[in-house]
Amino acid sequence: MEHVVIIGNGIAGVTAARHIRKRSDKKITIISAEADHFFSRTALMYVYMGHMRWRDIEPYEASFWKKNRIELIKAYVETVDTRNKTLHFKDGGSINYNKLIIATGSVTNTFGWEGQELNGVQGLVTKQDLEKLEKNAPNNKECPRAVIVGGGLIGVEMAEMLRTRDIEVTMLVREPAFWAAVLPKPEAEMISQHIISHGVDLRLTTELEKIVGDAHGNVKAVITKAGEEIPCCVVGITTGVTPQISFLEKSKIETGKGILVNRHLETNVENVYAIGDCAQQREPIGQRPPVEAVWYTGRMMGETVAQTICGNPFEYNPGNWFNSAKFFDIEYQTYGWVFSDKKRKEYEAQFHWECTKDLRCVTISYHKENNQFLGINTFGIRMRHEVFDRWLNEKRSADFVIQNLKQANFDPEFYKKYESEIQNQFIHQFENA
Amino acid sequence: MSTIQRNMSLTGEPPKTINTQQKLASAIGLFGLALLLLALLNVNFPNKSLWLTASLVAIGAGTVWFSIAAYAHKHEGIKNDGVYFKSLTSKGFWAWILGISLTLFYVLLYWFPQYLGLGNNGDNTDLVALFDPLSRFLNGGPASQWFVYGTLYTLAILAFGIKFILKYCHNKYEKLRTYSVMFFQLGFAFLIPELMFRLNNDSLSLPYYDLKNIWPLNYYNFEQYRVDQFISAGDIGVALLIFGVVSILIITPILTYKYGKRWYCSWVCGCGGLAETAGDPFRHLSDKRLIAWKVERWVVHSVLVFVVLMTTAVVHSYLGDDSSKYWLTKDVFLICVAVILTLVFSGTFIFKREALQKDAQLAAIGYFVIIMSLIGLHYFAATKLFLFNAETLRQSYGFLIGAVFSGVIGVGFYPIFGSRVWCRFGCPMAAILGFQQRLFSRFRITTNGGQCISCGNCSTYCEMGIDVRAYAQKGENIVRASCVGCGICSAVCPRGVLKLENGPLQKRIDSNEILLGNDVDLMNYVNE
Repeated sequence: MEHVVIIGNGIAGVTAARHIRKRSDKKITIISAEADHFFSRTALMYVYMGHMRWRDIEPYEASFWKKNRIELIKAYVETVDTRNKTLHFKDGGSINYNKLIIATGSVTNTFGWEGQELNGVQGLVTKQDLEKLEKNAPNNKECPRAVIVGGGLIGVEMAEMLRTRDIEVTMLVREPAFWAAVLPKPEAEMISQHIISHGVDLRLTTELEKIVGDAHGNVKAVITKAGEEIPCCVVGITTGVTPQISFLEKSKIETGKGILVNRHLETNVENVYAIGDCAQQREPIGQRPPVEAVWYTGRMMGETVAQTICGNPFEYNPGNWFNSAKFFDIEYQTYGWVFSDKKRKEYEAQFHWECTKDLRCVTISYHKENNQFLGINTFGIRMRHEVFDRWLNEKRSADFVIQNLKQANFDPEFYKKYESEIQNQFIHQFENA
Repeated sequence: MSTIQRNMSLTGEPPKTINTQQKLASAIGLFGLALLLLALLNVNFPNKSLWLTASLVAIGAGTVWFSIAAYAHKHEGIKNDGVYFKSLTSKGFWAWILGISLTLFYVLLYWFPQYLGLGNNGDNTDLVALFDPLSRFLNGGPASQWFVYGTLYTLAILAFGIKFILKYCHNKYEKLRTYSVMFFQLGFAFLIPELMFRLNNDSLSLPYYDLKNIWPLNYYNFEQYRVDQFISAGDIGVALLIFGVVSILIITPILTYKYGKRWYCSWVCGCGGLAETAGDPFRHLSDKRLIAWKVERWVVHSVLVFVVLMTTAVVHSYLGDDSSKYWLTKDVFLICVAVILTLVFSGTFIFKREALQKDAQLAAIGYFVIIMSLIGLHYFAATKLFLFNAETLRQSYGFLIGAVFSGVIGVGFYPIFGSRVWCRFGCPMAAILGFQQRLFSRFRITTNGGQCISCGNCSTYCEMGIDVRAYAQKGENIVRASCVGCGICSAVCPRGVLKLENGPLQKRIDSNEILLGNDVDLMNYVNE
């Protein structure tokens, strides 16, 4: 029987395993050094915040794996010997495979700052990071202040976590507003205000120079590029993630920033595939970056590679871009492409609506010349994925989207509707122009 | 139940989340409770109206102030911080103290009301006597242990209802739903029956009737003494009796078809009302394991079969044999029951067979055969109906289901098993509504394409123990018999994935193997 071995039990690896099991009787083994069972990485924050227990963020009961004949091994793969099709574990032992799927995800991205090896400097990517944070920042007596470096999705999650334990948080953000590299300016500014309103000391256009430790090797303070010293006990590094591929250094598998794969998610070595955060597309797909560290793309690659492995070769061909997040209390969804000011295409026009009373806003981007709808960012109003996916495929016009916005509303029943307000502003904007 | 893992390491201790105002508010509320406790311990208050008012106001005001202090200064949004760190809400010491106290109260209430101070002929003492002034004011008579219970129950729904509204002040669905249960509890369950009682005189004697309490939740509605009272009360009584039958056979199916069982379970029902308000802090304690779902399906449907048998036997026992006196004889009644059950059973099997799991099909056939053969047995062998004496059936149902299950376990164990144990495992009304909801209803919880991140907030905060995430992460709509439509899964979802809605029956349950967002060809290829 063919043996499929998957390194990594995150969303990509587990999705691949589930779909291979659905379509075949192959022997499946998942290896992970991080956790006994698959858990939702995006839910790590809720354990620290006391919303859920560890086992609540595990989507499948322990019996699921046995029932579906998916073997789980807890081990760290140190070397990959593709010639003998063998994986060697750090603690001794090895395993042979017929097909190998690498789904090792990401590690925290650092920039060689002075002091980054001190106790109390950490990211928030793994289960071990969560355990570290629980140890480093149990309460505001042991950790009166934390500094978070980086203004992205993990950074704001970490800020929210620490604030639930009344720990003072200073956030150093390089851009002039939170996540301004991704969000259009008005949105980035609204979210920045919201973060500040939660008691976060948000330092914009501020960068980290170095981290200072005490005699015991613990973090004492950070020093910014402007020379300011901020005392703190924890430094959260949230300046993005990078593929976890260091264990492949001696292997024959070709890597760049991540593991290089073609559209079938195959690496340069036969029978070795890479999916999820650790994979790097040789040719970028559409406007997507070659490495995408997103839950959904990990899942989609898992769905695709399972087909290929089960004898139905499929190209990874993600549909319209979508994503979502939550910034403290504000939910965010995006469908299609809405670019930040810096990355905006020369053909892209944006229509922005902001609710006067609440923290809600919508940005719709469209083609300047032909009015084609390109994408939407929505904050504080839930919208239907299926509807926007269809409109994007049908290449609808921005006018059509604005007129039919009601169809896309996904807010709970009885919620106040904002469509007519949005429509009025859209029409008004052109009257004035 | 395994032990709770409070946090991930031994060093960590999150801050205590109760502030000074909350402490003062708790003191006021506890003062009100202490007054009741003193009354229970034989302290004879001189001015009962005054002290009762003081007690009830203190409890209500304490709860409301506590809630304001807890939520008013916070942002609108989800307020589940530290739920699993607090002793009371994570099965810690205080949870057990509360659970044991509530259970003791229920034991006294059901089986030893004399210790609450219930006297003969209105000669009350202790706690029950303290409530006499309010009872006389409302219905003209002295209080009973049930009046005490009803008053405290209503107070709990009102005070904790306000707390719930403050907690979910950003969510209009939750607010409206809570106003609704508060209204139905105060009006229909508490005031109207008391005032109706006041109308009674020598010529009119209506039974105590909470109009929203529908058979089979109100399992005693068609017992002889009540039916006699209804009939002797003339047109009003007969109208009420007919309303009782119409409620379950006509009104309920129509509303459940249009809106799902939520119209009742989380908008109207008193049991649901308490679970949604006072029980809200314990909603996450429901058991989400598959095994619990299996037990739930067997237990709740067995209770339903039990109540059908019991009610049939009881009604049968007091009907006559002579059709010239009254058209509804024992035989006619049994035939009616058999016809209704056959219609429901065959209708389900003809139209909805594919929607039933295999074990559900077997169970349905099994139960149907048992009921029918019991009815047949009676016809041909003329033995006692259903082999048991009707009175024995009634008493054991009242004890096991009516008292132990719905009261002691249902509410007493809130802090241990969660707030909807009765609704999930025991309520026959929920079983009927759930059956309709699963098979003949427009209601569903829609999953938003491929947006689920499997975080588990929805499953954790589902009071009915539904593993919502298991559906959402497959892009599948949630159509479950037990869902009461409280809407909390949708509220706590951080990615806007879930929406409760009523829509067409076609494609209500879509099972996707490949989720939205991936290759369209792949989706079509695999999903078909």
